[in-house]
Amino acid sequence: MKITLFIPCFVDLMYPQVGVAMVRILETLGHTVVCPEGPACCGQPAFNTGYWEQSREVAIPVLESLKGAEVVVIASGSCGAMLKVFYPDLFAGTRYEAMARDLAPKCFEFSAFLVNKLGVTDLGARFPHKVTFHDGCHGLRELKNKRPPRELLAHVRAIELVEMDAAETCCGFGGTFSAKFPMISTAMGEVKCASALDTRAEYIVSCDSSCLMQIQGLLDRQRKPIKTIHLAEVLVHR
Amino acid sequence: MSERENIIGRIREALAVIASVPGRHAPESKAHFAGGPAESRLPKTSDHRRVMPAAGAMPEEQLVLLRKNAADLRADFKLVQNLQELAGELKQLAVKEGWQRAASHRGELTSAAAQALGLPVLFTENSFDKRELARCDVGLSECDALVAQTGTVVVTNQSAGGRALSILPPHHVVLARRRQIVADLPAALELIKQKYAGNYPSMISLITGPSRTGDIERILVLGAHGPKRLTIFCCEG
Amino acid sequence: MSAPAVQFKQDATRLSADLRHRRIIQTAMGKYETVRDQRKAAFQNWEEARQLAAITKWEAINHLDAYLEQLVSKLESRGTKVHWATTARQARDTILGVLRAAKARVIVKSKAMTAEEIHLNQALEQAGFEVVESDLGEFIVQLREEPPYHIVFPAMHLTRDEIKEVFDRKLGDAPSNDPEQLTMVARRVLREKYLQADAGITGANFAIAETGMISITENEGNARLTSALPRVMITLIGIEKVLPRLEDLALFLPMLAAMGTGQTVTCYNTLYGGPRQPGEPDGPEEYHVVLLDNHRTSLLADPEQRDSLHCIRCGACLNVCPIFRNVGGHTYGTTYCGPIGAVITPNLRGLNEWQHLSYASSLCGACTETCPVKIDLHHHLLQNRRNGSRQKPSWWQKLAFKMFAPIATKPTLWSLVTKLGRFGQKLHGLVKGSYLDPAYAWTRTRELPPIARQTFKEWWRTRS
Repeated sequence: MKITLFIPCFVDLMYPQVGVAMVRILETLGHTVVCPEGPACCGQPAFNTGYWEQSREVAIPVLESLKGAEVVVIASGSCGAMLKVFYPDLFAGTRYEAMARDLAPKCFEFSAFLVNKLGVTDLGARFPHKVTFHDGCHGLRELKNKRPPRELLAHVRAIELVEMDAAETCCGFGGTFSAKFPMISTAMGEVKCASALDTRAEYIVSCDSSCLMQIQGLLDRQRKPIKTIHLAEVLVHR
Repeated sequence: MSERENIIGRIREALAVIASVPGRHAPESKAHFAGGPAESRLPKTSDHRRVMPAAGAMPEEQLVLLRKNAADLRADFKLVQNLQELAGELKQLAVKEGWQRAASHRGELTSAAAQALGLPVLFTENSFDKRELARCDVGLSECDALVAQTGTVVVTNQSAGGRALSILPPHHVVLARRRQIVADLPAALELIKQKYAGNYPSMISLITGPSRTGDIERILVLGAHGPKRLTIFCCEG
Repeated sequence: MSAPAVQFKQDATRLSADLRHRRIIQTAMGKYETVRDQRKAAFQNWEEARQLAAITKWEAINHLDAYLEQLVSKLESRGTKVHWATTARQARDTILGVLRAAKARVIVKSKAMTAEEIHLNQALEQAGFEVVESDLGEFIVQLREEPPYHIVFPAMHLTRDEIKEVFDRKLGDAPSNDPEQLTMVARRVLREKYLQADAGITGANFAIAETGMISITENEGNARLTSALPRVMITLIGIEKVLPRLEDLALFLPMLAAMGTGQTVTCYNTLYGGPRQPGEPDGPEEYHVVLLDNHRTSLLADPEQRDSLHCIRCGACLNVCPIFRNVGGHTYGTTYCGPIGAVITPNLRGLNEWQHLSYASSLCGACTETCPVKIDLHHHLLQNRRNGSRQKPSWWQKLAFKMFAPIATKPTLWSLVTKLGRFGQKLHGLVKGSYLDPAYAWTRTRELPPIARQTFKEWWRTRS
């Protein structure tokens, strides 16, 4: 099928390898991948801050570029939730409402797409390391995405997955929250890091690069020995 | 306009628009949720029973559950065969605990039991001084029901000698009959409705264990203000 | 920033770095979580129970006028005096009026968040009454002259040593720091007060419309004593506490107990329908119920957020909230803390002044997931943010987002900003972590990742 890949702003700028990995995986599975040039951001920052009009200015081009898409795969849980769950709210009462409602069922976060839509769980990956998984809040609670990442990891050869106690606890990123309330954000991140370190895993895996940015940022500053990696990067590993 | 009229008026104005029903995929139609208050929209007792923790269906199961709950709650539970055994057990308890003064009400079970104690007894039917009640070591009362599902004793100020008797003395002893055991909270509330229909006592209390608190470092302490000890004697006969 | 917002930020900053404080909350929460999960697992279908509870509250709140009138009619038929208070001041004045008419002097109080909300104790003390909090946790914080820390566990933040200290200082009576011994001290002191008290003031958990009863949930027995011994009893209750039928308690009492304290049911759940009736051996001569609005009707008038009135004040949302767990209850600076507090306070006390509580959240949704009556808590926080920005936009944020729009939608601009960003990052190293750093909010405690040498869009362009 023809897959329209939506790459969030931070994946584009800072974690391109995540997007590249996704393209490779989807193409290896025999699908065509297209990536619209225009939209760079789903509009969540303005939306979460309460500036819905300004958010719409960013989101309308997204809607328009995705209009004819057969299926849209989004490279993060939080942007996935924005397109799938929040666009209908954002555009409610505007002339784009119908478009937003039409888009929602076509949207999938990457791991949910593989498992739920394509029915694929084994990508022949090999990752000989001990890992733990961080559930990004949007992916977990808005998209109900608990199982797909774990099903995918279960088929990675030589991997050892250990769940951390605080797997479902927010990492503290929360978009602009991390800058508006940096000390609370940091405390939350510290709780997350401590829980991950308790598992003695070498890697923290997640479907959300924004969460990993927060976690890695803290780990680097505090010089902790655990690394972060996106699920897609694990899945292309041989 | 009275404050009542003000508030009711504002409520009516606010409710001109109905809020959406919880559970985004509720299958009920819009018509079902329109109009005035309706019993038909509310869960039935069978719905409650389907989701709540299971209570024993058979009396034997219920007794087992009641015993277990009482033990978990640190309440004493003893099954006795008849009134004589009850009186005997109570006397033993009085000696063991060193009771000097008891308080009670004149119920079928409590009158006999209080007699048998051989201690001065304050009966709450007579007008009494609350300080005198506070000096009693034990409060004897009957109850409306024992709830297997939760280990609860159901009392009212009519069945259990008033409001203070079951809460002021440091030891509350409940005298019940086996046939007063009900399966669960729905059954207990139904019993209350049937028994007192339209003329409810001004206090109905569901007592589940001796008084307790976890307010200091979440450490469980019994006897915070209410009775430190709760003893239930359940009489077969 | 409003004064409450400044206070919140300062306290949050201080407390999130306080590892001792964080550890205390973490320990308390850990204990709670274990028993809560056991209780939930005992339900045959917890998720369906939530739906049943949500529907029941929906019915009650969306027909509030009818159920309130039924409640009041039943209460009054048994001699209860019902008072209606639109404002906090009216509620205070009503209660003062009742107490003066009854010539009361000593008052015992059982736990009532509504009383905190209207600052009742202050008013009573100023009017010359002696008011004693009887709930152990409330008693402790009253001695320490601080507000309750948590709606269910008022003294959650204190160690036994701190409690011993205040008992020593204020009561002159603290044999040790053992929790049992300290509790017995409180028991002794309060027993005397119950016997002395002329009036008892309680809060309430539910109000049953069908039978005209006020339902009070507690573990200690202090509310039972407050309602048994003094000659006047007053219950202050928010108008939203209504439940339609007596049988609804069979669902709500266990759910409240499971989520509030991890119990099967709380130790004493008591229903009060009136003052002492003819033939009853004891009880108050007068029973007054004060129905409090205090902006609840404003919340009611917002269909989008009306379900926040479904709240049964179990505290579960506080307990799962990562913000609450890191900054604690006092930081919020208002009666209702945690997620429910962040949702309703801007609506009850003013959006401009209090919207920061709705911003102090990562919108993780753990609150919504846990709420036993399915209030859409974290989405309400989003709605408060939207409403607040509409009412009083922040010009610089509006501008920033407006400027972001073309950058985020025109590939050439995005490309340009990418290149400028790379360059900027090189210079950033010079100011990183200092007060000149524009990204200081982040870099104070965290490293920033570099912009990639080849972004995804740049790579994608090379492919075609």
